[in-house]
Amino acid sequence: MTASLASTPTDPAILSPQAVTPGSGKYDDDSSGGSDAPGGAANPGGSGVSGGRCRATRRSFTQGLLTNKKALAGTAILLLFIALALLAPVLFPDNPSKITGMASEEPSAEHWLGTTAKGQDVLALTIHGARSSLLVGLTVGLASTLIGIVVGLASAYFGKFVDEALSVTTNVFLLLPGLPLLVVLAAFLPPGLGTVIVVLIVTGWAGSARVLRSQALSIRSKDFVAAAVVSGEGPLRIMFREILPNMASNVMSTLLGCVIFGIGAQAGLEFLGLGDVSTVSWGTNLYWAGNEGALLTGSWWVFVPSGLCIALVAFALALINYAVDEVTNPRLRKIRAPKDRVPKTAAHKSGSSHSKAAQ
Amino acid sequence: MRFILRRLGFYLIAFWVSITLNFLLPRFMPGDPVSRMFARSQAQMKPEQMDQLRKMLGVDDRPLWEQYIDYLHNLFTGNMGTSISRFPTPVTEVIASQIGWTLLLGGTALAFAAVVGNLLGVFAAWRRGGAIDSALPPLLIFIGSFPYFWLAMGALYLFGVVLGWFPLRHAFSDTLQPDFSWEFVSDVGAHLVLPALTIVLVTIGGWMLGMRNTMIATNAEDYITMAEAKGLRPGRIMFRYAARNAMLPSVTSFGMSLGFVVGGALLTEVVFAYPGVGYQLLNAVQGLDYPLMQGLFLTITAAVLLANFLVDVLYVRLDPRVRVS
Amino acid sequence: MTISQTSFGSHEPVLEVRDLTVQYIGDVRSTTAVDRVSFDIGVGEVFGLAGESGCGKSTIANSIMRLLKEPARIAGGSIRFGGRDVLAMSQEELRRFRWQDVAMVFQSAMNSLNPVLTIGEQITDIFTTHAGFSRKESLRRAGELLELVRIDQSRLKAYPHQLSGGMRQRAVIAMAVALKPSLLILDEPTTALDVVVQQEIMAQIKELQRELGFSVLFITHDMSLMVELSHRMGVMYAGRIVETGKAHDVHNNPHHPYTQALMGAFPPLTGPRVQLRGLADGVKFTNIPDLEEVGPGHYAAPVPATSVVGTTGTTGTVGTGTPGATAPILEGASR
Repeated sequence: MTASLASTPTDPAILSPQAVTPGSGKYDDDSSGGSDAPGGAANPGGSGVSGGRCRATRRSFTQGLLTNKKALAGTAILLLFIALALLAPVLFPDNPSKITGMASEEPSAEHWLGTTAKGQDVLALTIHGARSSLLVGLTVGLASTLIGIVVGLASAYFGKFVDEALSVTTNVFLLLPGLPLLVVLAAFLPPGLGTVIVVLIVTGWAGSARVLRSQALSIRSKDFVAAAVVSGEGPLRIMFREILPNMASNVMSTLLGCVIFGIGAQAGLEFLGLGDVSTVSWGTNLYWAGNEGALLTGSWWVFVPSGLCIALVAFALALINYAVDEVTNPRLRKIRAPKDRVPKTAAHKSGSSHSKAAQ
Repeated sequence: MRFILRRLGFYLIAFWVSITLNFLLPRFMPGDPVSRMFARSQAQMKPEQMDQLRKMLGVDDRPLWEQYIDYLHNLFTGNMGTSISRFPTPVTEVIASQIGWTLLLGGTALAFAAVVGNLLGVFAAWRRGGAIDSALPPLLIFIGSFPYFWLAMGALYLFGVVLGWFPLRHAFSDTLQPDFSWEFVSDVGAHLVLPALTIVLVTIGGWMLGMRNTMIATNAEDYITMAEAKGLRPGRIMFRYAARNAMLPSVTSFGMSLGFVVGGALLTEVVFAYPGVGYQLLNAVQGLDYPLMQGLFLTITAAVLLANFLVDVLYVRLDPRVRVS
Repeated sequence: MTISQTSFGSHEPVLEVRDLTVQYIGDVRSTTAVDRVSFDIGVGEVFGLAGESGCGKSTIANSIMRLLKEPARIAGGSIRFGGRDVLAMSQEELRRFRWQDVAMVFQSAMNSLNPVLTIGEQITDIFTTHAGFSRKESLRRAGELLELVRIDQSRLKAYPHQLSGGMRQRAVIAMAVALKPSLLILDEPTTALDVVVQQEIMAQIKELQRELGFSVLFITHDMSLMVELSHRMGVMYAGRIVETGKAHDVHNNPHHPYTQALMGAFPPLTGPRVQLRGLADGVKFTNIPDLEEVGPGHYAAPVPATSVVGTTGTTGTVGTGTPGATAPILEGASR
């Protein structure tokens, strides 16, 4: 539930000029030749990509992500959790719900994270819980993003009535308060993992559709799409081959946002007891922790691990999302102090104090 | 004016959708309420009782459209049925007794988070690379990554159980009678701190980052350079020129985020047993009190839509450009 | 009265720019946008800066008011205004200096006005900040200012988007002269406007200049406008001034091949038809040397053969071939 607020708006205007000006390379080649080139001097913050072709932009996008510390840290955390989830049956071959110790034991050598009030091993529950949580998160994220892409592209390509209808539907779903709707839907459907996934997709797709629609609309209005229409390319080809590749970074950040939403909302739903309480997931772990009064008995080790895991995964995804923003929107990047590059003259001193003032 | 009317029309559609959804859910979902209640009662229910229940819920053998008209008629005459778990109290009465607490909790938390978060965002963008700008965003993203209810549990454990600074549950002490005495008001305040703090902690990062990023974009606008050239004082440029423009997207997301705050408030209310509509909604679901559940959902939706409409009206006041177009 | 105005009548120039160098610091490499540029503007004088987009004209304008933002930095040189060192001013000094001593009309009036404040509010905050007038007094003066540029007082309550492009620019000009500055910087003030409105605006500026007597730094790439309005002018290329002198001298007798090309790129409105000529395709000048005097008060950068790079195989015709111009030999690399 926290995701939709935390995901930062990307500025579509920043992305588009580089991504969608095919064949403007003629003069750029000239001006990037000399070091004192007037063209380059005037527009230092502008498009540094000469020739501005899509592929070059995408390569630099991936490259930017690979060299971004936030992206790397996020990916590392995420991979760690995926590895744990995959290795869970190897690390703890027994059923994690099995009672293996005394009730509410503190962390010890035998039970690294202690035991629950029932006497289950908390570490086993936590690591096994990653499987369901990540699975649901990824499924919900992928499905919501996919719906978002289809709705967004259809809106942008067909326009007029289709767009009107789709955007009203999207906005209505966006406005209906998510969690109460989740709760009501979950109350009517038979409990189970499938229900949780379906319910989360129903309440989660609208956010991604809204973001992707506006981006698709701005790309739809570019000349190269008009050219593709005139040259008789089919609707599907235009939507998926012309428009979609140019919004790759938006799709990515939407996907990340949706996965965060999925993991958080699943946990919330299960914490409320509206999921399938017999499966092991971070949400159900917390449900049982609450139910068995872990808080009041002071067994902090029962509810800390699962919550921390949810937070770490969400944080990792948010970090990657933030990095995507930074890579595509240069203005958000940290300003480096380039002191070593400028000769230290008296004039420079006054120059630097002034540029601080200008901010 | 046209803008307002358009938005009003849109909210009416949204409200109609939620009413219809509410109507269709019990009738088309696989888990039919009455058979679930039958199962819950371990088949102790007599057929007459089940028929009576069906009638009470408006689910009977009449054609669907007749039921629908009946349903709408009831709704617009303020009749949301009778609560099952609190029989025979009407649903509207149950809701009325609780919505105040949610408004108090959600309103306080939302206002505080939005004001402080946006201010932090303004300052962070104004001093790029300064202390606020470097330290707070990662910290707040991290805090914002925790589930609402988990932070609520943590706060409850730390400040309630271990330190004993704040009361553990409910909105006021059982020993007090609700009135406007200082004692009661301060007691309500003490009960409000932890739940509100939880919501604030989770949401404030979103406000701050959103505002910061729009402020950074706004600071590059020509009118900011012009304001600087005019030799205005920094405070005036920051607020009247930069923030005043950068807040416009923030106002829009204020409306959008109401739904999430309601959701967050719901989870927080559950952890603190805070007697608001969210807590009640969960109780209704657990007690299979379908009329109450539906009534609560409709009320929450209506409140969110109304708040969004008010935000739109405010937006028109803030952005002169939408007044004409 | 500010210090600057004491220099009225003396021979000291209002603005002295010496060896100004501005760099844009990039992640990979830095570019020098303004390279050792020097010029003076006298009291009541209109000085024009011409040159193609991106040659550094606007960067100079922003440097004078110290409005440059990251990643631009003043890397060297000095800017003196009425004898005061602009680059050494403290924040508060700078704030007072801005608009009271030097005001500026920006390129696009739509973008330089705050969309959510009324025109009135945006004029009055100049008065309340700098002159300390009450709100009521400020509003009265704002109304007078609008009348001065022939906009009805009732428009004080209008928002920028409710005015036409020409009106907006006139409102901006009104703001610029609000405090009767001794120097007005016009950074391509008419670029975004159509020709008729452009003429109105220029007439307006001329009239105000006659009335108020401020000096003007006029930046444009429209040569005919520049020659019409300026007393003296400088021609910029790639961050350097390649030629400077009396506007008519530079116009009638351009020395540098770039100036010749620039003059040739605009059709004369009267006289016989001539073929338009610009700079030949791909011709560039590098390592532009310092200016040398070519006539009384008329300076131009000499053009050694090594400073011209031609990337396309052209013959040596650059510019209009005005008598007196040293026709440079181009190193034409064949295609």
